[in-house]
Amino acid sequence: MFDIFFSPETLASTIRMSVPLILACLAGLWSERSGIVDIGLEGKMLAAAFTAAAAGAYFQSPWIALVMAIAVSIGFSLIHGYASINQGGNQVVSGVAINMLAAGLAVVLGNEWFKEGGRTPPLPPESQFPVFTMPGFDSIAAIPVIGPYLNILSGHSILVYLAFVLVAVTAWALARTRFGLRLRAVGENPHAVDTAGISVMLLRYQAVVIAGVLCGLAGTYLSVALQGSFVRDMSAGRGFMALAALIFASWRAWPALWACLLFGYLQAAGLRMQGVKLGDVEIPVQFINMLPYVMTVVLLAGFIGKSIPPRASGTPYVKDR
Amino acid sequence: MSSRGELPTWVDVGLIPALNLLLALAATSIIFLLIGENPFECLWIMLKGAVGSLKGWSYLLYYATNFIFTGLCVAVAFHAGLFNIGGEGQAYFAGLGAATVGLGLEFLPWPIVIPLAILASMLCGAFWAWVPGVLQAKRGSHIVITTIMFNFIASSLMVYLINYWFRPVGKMAVESREVSGAYILSFREIARQFFDYRLPASPLNLTIFLALAAAWAVWYFLWRTKLGYEIRAVGLNTEAAIYGGYKPGHIIMIAMAVSGGLAGLVAVNEVLGAQHRLLLEYVQGAGFVGIAVALMGRNHPIGIVLAAMLFGLLYQGGTELSFAKQHINRDMVVVIQGLIILFMGALEQAFRPWLNAFFFKAED
Amino acid sequence: MTAGSTTPAIELIGIDKRFGSVHANKDVTVAIGQGSIHGIIGENGAGKSTLMSILFGFYAADKGEIKYRGKPVRIKTSTDAIALGIGMVHQHFMLVDPFTVLENVVLGAEGGALIGPALAKARTELTRLAKDYELDVDPDALVGDLPVGLQQRVEILKALFRQADVLILDEPTGVLTPDEADHLFRILGTLRDQGKTVILITHKLREIMAITDHVTVMRRGEVVATLETANTSVEELAEAMVGRRVLLHVEKGPATPGEVVLDVRNVTWKDKNGVARVDNVSLQVRKGEIVGIAGVSGNGQSELLDCIAGITRPNSGQIIFEGKDIGSLGDPAHVRAEGLAHVPEDRQHRGLIKNFDASESAILGWHRSEDLGKGFRLDRTKVIARARAEMEEFDVRPPDPFLKSGKFSGGNQQKIIIAREIKSNPDLLIVGQPTRGVDIGAIEFIHKRIIALRDAGKAILLVSVELDEIRSLSDRIIVMFAGRVMGERGPDADERDIGLLMAGVHKDAA
Repeated sequence: MFDIFFSPETLASTIRMSVPLILACLAGLWSERSGIVDIGLEGKMLAAAFTAAAAGAYFQSPWIALVMAIAVSIGFSLIHGYASINQGGNQVVSGVAINMLAAGLAVVLGNEWFKEGGRTPPLPPESQFPVFTMPGFDSIAAIPVIGPYLNILSGHSILVYLAFVLVAVTAWALARTRFGLRLRAVGENPHAVDTAGISVMLLRYQAVVIAGVLCGLAGTYLSVALQGSFVRDMSAGRGFMALAALIFASWRAWPALWACLLFGYLQAAGLRMQGVKLGDVEIPVQFINMLPYVMTVVLLAGFIGKSIPPRASGTPYVKDR
Repeated sequence: MSSRGELPTWVDVGLIPALNLLLALAATSIIFLLIGENPFECLWIMLKGAVGSLKGWSYLLYYATNFIFTGLCVAVAFHAGLFNIGGEGQAYFAGLGAATVGLGLEFLPWPIVIPLAILASMLCGAFWAWVPGVLQAKRGSHIVITTIMFNFIASSLMVYLINYWFRPVGKMAVESREVSGAYILSFREIARQFFDYRLPASPLNLTIFLALAAAWAVWYFLWRTKLGYEIRAVGLNTEAAIYGGYKPGHIIMIAMAVSGGLAGLVAVNEVLGAQHRLLLEYVQGAGFVGIAVALMGRNHPIGIVLAAMLFGLLYQGGTELSFAKQHINRDMVVVIQGLIILFMGALEQAFRPWLNAFFFKAED
Repeated sequence: MTAGSTTPAIELIGIDKRFGSVHANKDVTVAIGQGSIHGIIGENGAGKSTLMSILFGFYAADKGEIKYRGKPVRIKTSTDAIALGIGMVHQHFMLVDPFTVLENVVLGAEGGALIGPALAKARTELTRLAKDYELDVDPDALVGDLPVGLQQRVEILKALFRQADVLILDEPTGVLTPDEADHLFRILGTLRDQGKTVILITHKLREIMAITDHVTVMRRGEVVATLETANTSVEELAEAMVGRRVLLHVEKGPATPGEVVLDVRNVTWKDKNGVARVDNVSLQVRKGEIVGIAGVSGNGQSELLDCIAGITRPNSGQIIFEGKDIGSLGDPAHVRAEGLAHVPEDRQHRGLIKNFDASESAILGWHRSEDLGKGFRLDRTKVIARARAEMEEFDVRPPDPFLKSGKFSGGNQQKIIIAREIKSNPDLLIVGQPTRGVDIGAIEFIHKRIIALRDAGKAILLVSVELDEIRSLSDRIIVMFAGRVMGERGPDADERDIGLLMAGVHKDAA
């Protein structure tokens, strides 16, 4: 039991599992703070995961894979942006469409290109991202008891560290920069931004593109770093879990990190519980799996604290008053 | 500034959807070209595979049965001004009701068990939608997010229930035993037993009549009852509804329950009619197809029945296409579905400025 | 004073603007002197706000020229206006609620990629402005937590931080308590003394008299007069504002009032900011009489109607309708069942549902009637038959019950609503703006039906911003201002007298 919940392996796995959540959650944060609801995180992540795996297999380079994945993800973002910003379309409907489009296209194209029913071939080591070992951590790992625990911070793909850095960058940019200030304002009251002489449309497009970049990173991490290939529906609801984490964090960057780590931990523990028996009875892992969603519903209902979305999110901006 | 809602009705309900559908098909064709196929050939194979044979038609109608239910589910919520994207979870959770009654009451004669199982499916589906409805009405939780969360909760919960409650001891496959107490006959079985006629194998069963009845009932409910009137009033204009003395919170809860109940009927088609057992993930995305069906059917039961058949065609045609063309798999259907939702839903207004320009060129 | 001060700060020359068929500004010419407070006064819809929106770059004028300090300028967007040194305090504040005061002030004027320096600069600037103009606000408070009066100060600070020399305020006191309003006026006075130019848009005569140097009166899109405030009087302004209008001729016999049907006792209703929109109002309506409530819009009439109709619940007081206290119900359906009918002020958003067929809109609020179907059923043939009969009787054109409600003209929409409410055979009809946006023919028809209802012995409470309508229909006139009843007059009372009450001036006080 202890092993499942508190071993260094579980905690290291927590970090790995939470990275796609963190990146997708930040993507949602940028988009929704600007007032564009993004149900399509899942689809963009999946599209990026497929692109990265396919490009990685073809070009044998993680960097080309990353760039192409980001480009594809931005492409989907722009479709969403056009529908939500220019057309004033329903943002939820657009997100649902993007999820389906991505899920279908990935398998159709994957099957066409690799003839493996939508899988991509396993990536060779040379198309893997470099692993970053924290200086001096080789010796630290040898310390009894706490050594292995400290060691979980070291030896991950550099994308892992990038994700954590991006949390800090996001928090800083939103709070301290002109762009962040305007972005936050446009998600709350676009009329105020417009009368101040700032383009609502441009700001929202910028936000949507940033969301595309972050989903591109999330997807690349998923297929290239975490799994080493693409399999159908591999995002497995992570985009929605990221959305849940975003709500949990009340649309703020640092709390989002904690929410994603928590949900990542639940995923990691759930994975390790699979098939584990307590005496004669198998422990139902399903309850751990549903916990993030249950927690989010309870939070949304206002029973534990309050989560306040950006006021203008989901409403198209119409200049005429 | 009156750029919206001024076009003639036939443009609104006929021309615009047709143009959007055409756009979706054009995009589909581009994807076919991308994978080196002739789009016309592929679309022809799909069409022929679905409507060119009795077998094709029977599968088409079988799929359409599910889509009618989920399309109606989305439409009823929509008429109350709500976006229920939880049809998938509601349909899945309804399997609990269908299987529990079908298995638990199998000692009773089928004329009693089947109606009870149908009722139980509806109640379970209704419950799974009613809870988000209550949370929206009483606590202000956004229905879109809650219903998404409920899809995932249902998914985990059903895995647990099927694995630990319904799976017979010693059986490897994670599924229930045969639901024999509430066995809804397929057309093939009816033809063989009563008419001694051989139909091609297909899961199409009597539930399709239930689907048509549900479509009629939804129409009657929304347009011929006082409650339906209130639901539409709340959905179209909350302020006017309050002026009229109708209570939006109350209406939201009722509409969600009805919506979920309709999704729950998918369990009747699948658990009682097609599979005769409770399987993992048996809804297979029908809940999401419902969104496309409702969008395309303009949230009217007649439109929904037609759109459901179109999607039935798409699903059956997609299967045939994947047989005919080894390197195209069935997920092509999901792509087309996504494109239809994109063009008919999110980009619905894309043509409007042009059409406005066209129709109002003469004026001012 | 430099020589430049003789040039006006702003000249609007021959401004003309149409919105479809509405001629919002007709050849408007105004000059606004530098370092002065210039009031623009007029009734609702007189064109004041349109004119200022043109000056601030929201709308483009169809014709006309704008000069800033003698030089012709083109103001295409609000950015242009801000760059010239024009600041505007909108009626609905353009603030970001979850932002601090500093963040709001800095938004759009950050001066660099990082906001740190701008925030620091704004902090010192705010301290200075607070001292100079009595504009104290806690710079770190969240704007959403501030009372409205302070939010307005933030708007003024925003403009001053952007170096505005000309400040436009659109109905600034609408949301303020009298104390807050007085404070605002002191601030405006100080701004003028420091050389700034202030344009004050208002419909309140008291404010014009209290602080302006010059006043421009607008009526129906035109400038009626520009006067020096010191050389004019409340009476003169009231008359210029309202004008001498030809009374609509309405055939009407004398009223024969019967027993009291509606008795409103000390009703107070406060909005979410705690401001009393309806302030201790008492009035009575009897059988067989029409009681009109006159007042400039936004003075509590709408809120009073909502309280009586059960849409909102008053904070205190009683609304006794035929012996029952309906104020405590807060339920329109219940109130209707007691025999009250309500023609709402906002026809488009409340009175009907645009996407409903006319026949469906014709039963809004009354659809539960057993006459329209037994039990849960709604009998479509009966619904259509009713609609058809009502449309015939009230001459709705086209008399097509299947046409979407939104496709009828304003007058015909209103006839559908009036028919619905009158045909419910109420003991009391409350009517808000019965003829707003309605063509002449329909106005006459609607007036006749209202009088016929009175002559049938029913009670009617009428709210309208059209004074002539009130005067030609009512048997008694009650004037409301700032949520309070200012007084009661007979139907043939002097127009100027009523105008003064509407402007918040008591006859004896003026």
